[in-house]
Amino acid sequence: MLRKYSVQLILIALGGIITYIAYQELVSLYILTVLMFMGVNIILSSSLNLVNGYMGEFSCGHAGFMCVGAYVSSVLGVLLFTKDKIFGAPLLNPDLAVYLFPVIIIIGGIAAALFGLLVALPSYKTRGDYLAIITLAANYIIISLIQNMDIIGGSRGFMGMKKVISNMEDVVYLPWMVIWVFVFTVGSIWILRRYVSSVFGKGVSAICQDEVAAEIMSVNTNKIKTITFMLSSGLAGIAGGLFAYIVGYVNPGSFNILKSTEALVMVYLGGMASLSGSVLSAILFTILLELLRPLQIIKWVVIPLILIVLMQFRPEGIMGNRELSDIFPKLKRFYRFK
Amino acid sequence: MTQQFGGLTAVSDFNVRLKNNRIAGLIGPNGAGKTTVFNLVSGFYQPTRGTISVCGKPTAGLKPHKVTALGVARTFQNIRLWNQMSVLDNIKVAQHGWLDYGFFQSVMRTRAYRDCEERIDREAKDLLEIFELENYANDYPTNLPYGLQRKLEIVRALSEKPKLLLLDEPAAGLNSKDMRELIRLVRWINETYDLCIWIIDHHMDVMMELCSEIKVIDFGQTIAEGTPDEVRNDPAVITAYLGDDNI
Repeated sequence: MLRKYSVQLILIALGGIITYIAYQELVSLYILTVLMFMGVNIILSSSLNLVNGYMGEFSCGHAGFMCVGAYVSSVLGVLLFTKDKIFGAPLLNPDLAVYLFPVIIIIGGIAAALFGLLVALPSYKTRGDYLAIITLAANYIIISLIQNMDIIGGSRGFMGMKKVISNMEDVVYLPWMVIWVFVFTVGSIWILRRYVSSVFGKGVSAICQDEVAAEIMSVNTNKIKTITFMLSSGLAGIAGGLFAYIVGYVNPGSFNILKSTEALVMVYLGGMASLSGSVLSAILFTILLELLRPLQIIKWVVIPLILIVLMQFRPEGIMGNRELSDIFPKLKRFYRFK
Repeated sequence: MTQQFGGLTAVSDFNVRLKNNRIAGLIGPNGAGKTTVFNLVSGFYQPTRGTISVCGKPTAGLKPHKVTALGVARTFQNIRLWNQMSVLDNIKVAQHGWLDYGFFQSVMRTRAYRDCEERIDREAKDLLEIFELENYANDYPTNLPYGLQRKLEIVRALSEKPKLLLLDEPAAGLNSKDMRELIRLVRWINETYDLCIWIIDHHMDVMMELCSEIKVIDFGQTIAEGTPDEVRNDPAVITAYLGDDNI
């Protein structure tokens, strides 16, 4: 009984504690923001791990899908709930933002999932290095599209999301962003975990290990690839939406190849095909980024260096194909996460 | 049926009718087009000319996973198991064509999902038990002895509930003890299940012992067919294998 619900209990407790800390302002806004970035990074790295780790393809355009989610949910939020210079009066009662905020984030995710088709459809015939080039192209297509759309600010960027959040806080005073980042992070891991542990989702690993055998053994490889790419990019879109509302400002430049590389670093640091590895590495990586902040631009010399050292001495990453419960089998007695 | 790759005719005017509950054989020298025939039947290639039907249903235009669902299962010349997956999962994932649920149900863990997972788990375990592989259920295929890997691949193909089981060189790389085991296994499958088995192999003793009819192809052409004894004494076959002595 306790074993069955222990993870749920821990998560609820953790969510409660974080919300309470944010509500009482026990820690500085800076630490809170870092915590929220941690959540965003966890979604990013674990969703990218689905493609790069479980399916064995090399996607290096993850930030592109994040960008779609960020813009769609930002524009939608500003359009619906705030008075804006370009979009005019709010289309809906601003008070509704409290209820509709998660819907907006999910719509951003769905839009990103549709852009995932940009990679999913070519993947039927292409794989490996060639597909990696396509993901890179997808990243550039998305950024260039947005840079050339003047109505949403073009390359200057887009803002106004803070007003949506303050609308929400006017109705009920709670640290909404903290709550939603936590909920979406847990939700994403939960969806991924359930997907890859079902027989249906194990088709993803079958494709990774031997695609020909998978197709012959009745796995509909095209369908699995489509679902996997769309799920991965959809979750990236959700991460993007959350990111946009945390920062309160988005511009296309912040979703370029550098951001995609950050996601890749987190996946390889954590280990392929390991969700707990991805979570762990996202947490470590976020802390590392903050600790290295005084180095400023030198940071981007140090972090790739860390990656080189990692590839030399521990190419399989922190966890590499294993979950927490594989390393500490005794943990299985205390929890079941499905 | 005929299969051409560019200007090369890999298999030409191949014609076969396989009968239920029989073991048929396909032999020929290296590069004769035997595996191409299997690739055509399993839907991996579409024939340039001609048709293939399984139990009266044509397979033209179907993707391989659909052909498998129609009742064609196969093994590979070089073992193609999923090596980073447990033996049990190898069997379970091969049930993809018979899943009653999709992505959303797998995330929501609906009733249909749970029933289906339970059924697949039970069936896969039963199958491993029948073929005495249950002790390896949680091992990775690479850790199994070579003979058992071959066996597991046959069991995985059999788990697809095929009407036609294609075995592509099942005896390749086996020692004589494993080979006896294989002959027993194929015979037993033939007697127990309601299906048709079609074998490619180079080991003539295995083929002679198992098959009731054999077809011989060379450079894509059918050069002989008949019972094992007829084929063995056919001059065209001897020429194809040993060469012409009038050089």
